[in-house]
Amino acid sequence: MTAEAAAQAREAVCTVRDLVRTYPGGRGRSAPAAAVRANDGITFDVRRGEVFGILGPNGAGKSTLVRQLTGLLRPDSGTVDVLGHDLVRHPDRASRLIGYLGQDSSALDDLTVALAAETTGRLRGLDVRTARARRDEVLAELGLEELASRPIRRLSGGQRRLACFAAVLVGERPVLVLDEPTTGMDPVARRAVWAAVDRRRAERGTTVLLVTHNVIEAETVLDRVAVIDRGRVIACDTPAGLKALVAGEVRLDLVWREDPPLSVPEIAALEGRAQCSGRRWSLRMPHDQARAVVATVTGGPAFAALDDFTLATPSLEDVYLMLGGRGEGLVKQ
Amino acid sequence: MVSTVPAEALVPVLRQEPVAAAEAAPLAPRARLLPSLAAVYRAQLSRARVARMPLLFVATFQSVGIMIMMRGVVDGGDGEAARAVVAGSSVLVVAFVALNLLAQYFGSLRASGGLDTYATLPVPPASVVLGAAAAYASFTVPGAVVTAVAGSALFGLPLAHLWVLAAVIPLAGAALAGLGAALGLLAPRQELATLFGQMGMSAALLLGVLPASNLPAPIQWLRDLLPSTYGVEAFARSFDASPDWVAVLADLSVCAGVGVASLAVATWAYRRAATR
Repeated sequence: MTAEAAAQAREAVCTVRDLVRTYPGGRGRSAPAAAVRANDGITFDVRRGEVFGILGPNGAGKSTLVRQLTGLLRPDSGTVDVLGHDLVRHPDRASRLIGYLGQDSSALDDLTVALAAETTGRLRGLDVRTARARRDEVLAELGLEELASRPIRRLSGGQRRLACFAAVLVGERPVLVLDEPTTGMDPVARRAVWAAVDRRRAERGTTVLLVTHNVIEAETVLDRVAVIDRGRVIACDTPAGLKALVAGEVRLDLVWREDPPLSVPEIAALEGRAQCSGRRWSLRMPHDQARAVVATVTGGPAFAALDDFTLATPSLEDVYLMLGGRGEGLVKQ
Repeated sequence: MVSTVPAEALVPVLRQEPVAAAEAAPLAPRARLLPSLAAVYRAQLSRARVARMPLLFVATFQSVGIMIMMRGVVDGGDGEAARAVVAGSSVLVVAFVALNLLAQYFGSLRASGGLDTYATLPVPPASVVLGAAAAYASFTVPGAVVTAVAGSALFGLPLAHLWVLAAVIPLAGAALAGLGAALGLLAPRQELATLFGQMGMSAALLLGVLPASNLPAPIQWLRDLLPSTYGVEAFARSFDASPDWVAVLADLSVCAGVGVASLAVATWAYRRAATR
């Protein structure tokens, strides 16, 4: 191990090793169904001050993983270490190290934005005066002052998410675990979230674990990303490093007016390689091949059947598909 | 003695446990019991303004309605039946809100994953359960008082010892809210939590508002098993010109005992439900 690697390892804030969690299968009438391995040997490190992403479609095992990181669920085997604390043995310590934004807000829904933030701060051990001061700071930082006296339940989905994010920030924690924090947010709210995260990284070295199924967000905000499929980490690198895996390729999307023109031999040959969803075909191929296909579809009988086409540099979604992940469930917006 | 272990031999150890070598970071403090109980209580009370008002109105309306209905068959004036109706209807408000609504609240919180919010904060389980139970018991105060005053007027009962409600509501509230919280947190499914809450309230209604001496013996035993009964009895005794305070105290002690036990069970159930 080089000195640099050792230094990096010491800088690891969160170390996850061989995490396995199975759920018992549903009880069938004759025989019990097979157990589901929601996490099947997950291993990764998160370094100090990093925004580390966990990317995967719904059902990949992200939520199970997060519940184990936050002490809500005990793994069958494996270890979770956060800042030198063994969270499998001491799950109660998670709440004293981690600020967690879950997907459900029902415990806070009936409270006003201000009271939700203040109450969360007090339940993180702040006294009343400190909780109120932090609440005011965070609401101002996120531009929530005008909504402060509105019940969270009466806000739009994105505003509700932002209010819950505000509550997470009251009462400082060295690690934030955010489960799809920007779902439903408009661009202004998203910028407020990432600005608040960046400020905490710069000033306090806060580490962020971000769960997402949004590939665009993953590409823009993450330092590194673990790609998860069927309970396993299928890749872990920087977004640029992952995209380098498909660097020689481009992505071609074809949308047909009705049925694809399979009478054209070039098109028929493509059918097996395309990811088809309805009238849309998605193809990943080397540049020169893509040029040839574009030439085919923009002339002759194929063009008559073509509704639209786009040519794009590959995204993390393409990486994900190349690595063998299932295509459904990732979001691009 | 100088260590002679070569540096390379340490590497596998470092690789296996990269962080164990570093010192553990300090933990943020836990929230203490009473301040966090106060915070939960305040937050829950504020929920009443947003979400609970219509239900509190329904609780009172139901009790007043039952008294008006019973006035048709029970003579006014100070008698066992009149006392039972007024005391039973007043405590019914407590059963409706503290038992039924709290069971539903914890049932839905558990089903939706809302308990995670509390479970990922360093707050003692007792603060969450006691704060919520205290808030729901508090919700019942206006309804129970309105019912008691309206009932006393309707049946011509004396209001002299109405202050007993100041002990009956919190103690019956503790017993019924503890039971409601425990049912809500223990029920394997949300629908069952709702069902248990409704049935508990129905039992308090059916067995609480009729004079006990008219009931068959097995029903009386059943009635004796309900914690709300002791709140009803304590309040009913207070309509005497010179109430038997020892008996009132004994009834209230039963409520207090059930309250302590059921809140302890609820706290245990919360801990179990929060970390699966």
